[in-house]
Amino acid sequence: MSETGSSPAAPNLVYCRCAYARVVPRKVKDGVLEALADAGVDFDAVPDLCEMSARKDPRLAEIAGGKDVTIAACYPRAVRWLFSSAGAPIDKERVTILNMREETAEAVAAAMVDRKNGGER
Amino acid sequence: MSGAGGLTLPVLRVALYEGRGARPLDGAHRFAVMQTLLEKGYRVTRIGSGDASRRPDDGNSLAVLGRFTEPQPAEAVGDAGGRVWFRDIGDETPDAVAALVEAIRAECEVHEPGGWKPWFPVIDFDRCTNCMQCLSFCLFDVYGVSKGGQIQVQNHDNCKTDCPACSRVCPEVAILFPKYRHGPIHGGEIQADDVRREAMKVDISALLGGDIYAALRDRSAKAKSRFSKERDEERALKERQKCLVKLQENLDIPAEVLASLPTLDEIQAKAEAAKTRAQAAIDAAAARQEG
Repeated sequence: MSETGSSPAAPNLVYCRCAYARVVPRKVKDGVLEALADAGVDFDAVPDLCEMSARKDPRLAEIAGGKDVTIAACYPRAVRWLFSSAGAPIDKERVTILNMREETAEAVAAAMVDRKNGGER
Repeated sequence: MSGAGGLTLPVLRVALYEGRGARPLDGAHRFAVMQTLLEKGYRVTRIGSGDASRRPDDGNSLAVLGRFTEPQPAEAVGDAGGRVWFRDIGDETPDAVAALVEAIRAECEVHEPGGWKPWFPVIDFDRCTNCMQCLSFCLFDVYGVSKGGQIQVQNHDNCKTDCPACSRVCPEVAILFPKYRHGPIHGGEIQADDVRREAMKVDISALLGGDIYAALRDRSAKAKSRFSKERDEERALKERQKCLVKLQENLDIPAEVLASLPTLDEIQAKAEAAKTRAQAAIDAAAARQEG
């Protein structure tokens, strides 16, 4: 098991690339990915949470049930209902959603890396 | 929509392994490899510590990539029964790494990523009143009703890419399209003005008798015959066309979707069937409440 108590297959940082649309600014999604890669933290990078929701990917339940999970994606309301429609409702107390459509890469990356470092201290 | 056809197939996952028995990648290489694989539709888990047993093991096929300093089997079987491939990526370019993964994917029966833009409605059940208007409106059987009588999205891949029209007729602004350009349909917070604006759009459709699709479908036929009409009829038609264009703009229906609409007879049959299903669901819900 990992340090955070979740499955070794489930890092508690999740990054959504929104690979099939252009609604998340490229500069932001590249900036966040680059910062995560540079920080050397464990994380799960998914091409598209929407697609995972449509296929009811079991990994969504793993994420939703994780402890201190941070997801970098889009609008929290959209992400929350995407998980819910896949049968994996998010617990707002345990999961933080960061919005790459509105926030800067620096803000999102800092929030993710800080949470990770804080959570593992 | 061939890409979406694989929604029920398993996926090939990728682990970028940099723990014991492997040399780490530098940040720029790690970023470039992950970026390339993500753009090709692969899910990548970066593992920087521990040993190879920390790899994801959920029964899906898995490609473990690393700069291994210890010998690895070319292929193994995970504890959950999934096939696991190990590939040494050395200092390969991101494209070469992607080619390794593509070669593994070609070996197993898994979903081919990237063929479908995941575009479908998502219902905000904090707002939805289960009025079934979306079920009545959609001609493509995207919506259905659960055993418990609740509206739900059942056929995601039937949805017409980039068409948000059902969200525009929802009186409660309860339908999201996360990949839509504008709020609140993209999932942003809803303001009082948004509710008023959406309600006005529903009113426009009501003015046209609610039969929006039929009206849009009818538009081109009317346009073709307009030169044979009397002047007043022409004027009336122009007004109606103007109204329809406005409606089309308001609903933001892509031209491709309009072009793919069924015939008028089919529309009427589908609309009738959807209306019947919606009413049956509403009646069943009412009966449950009374019971």
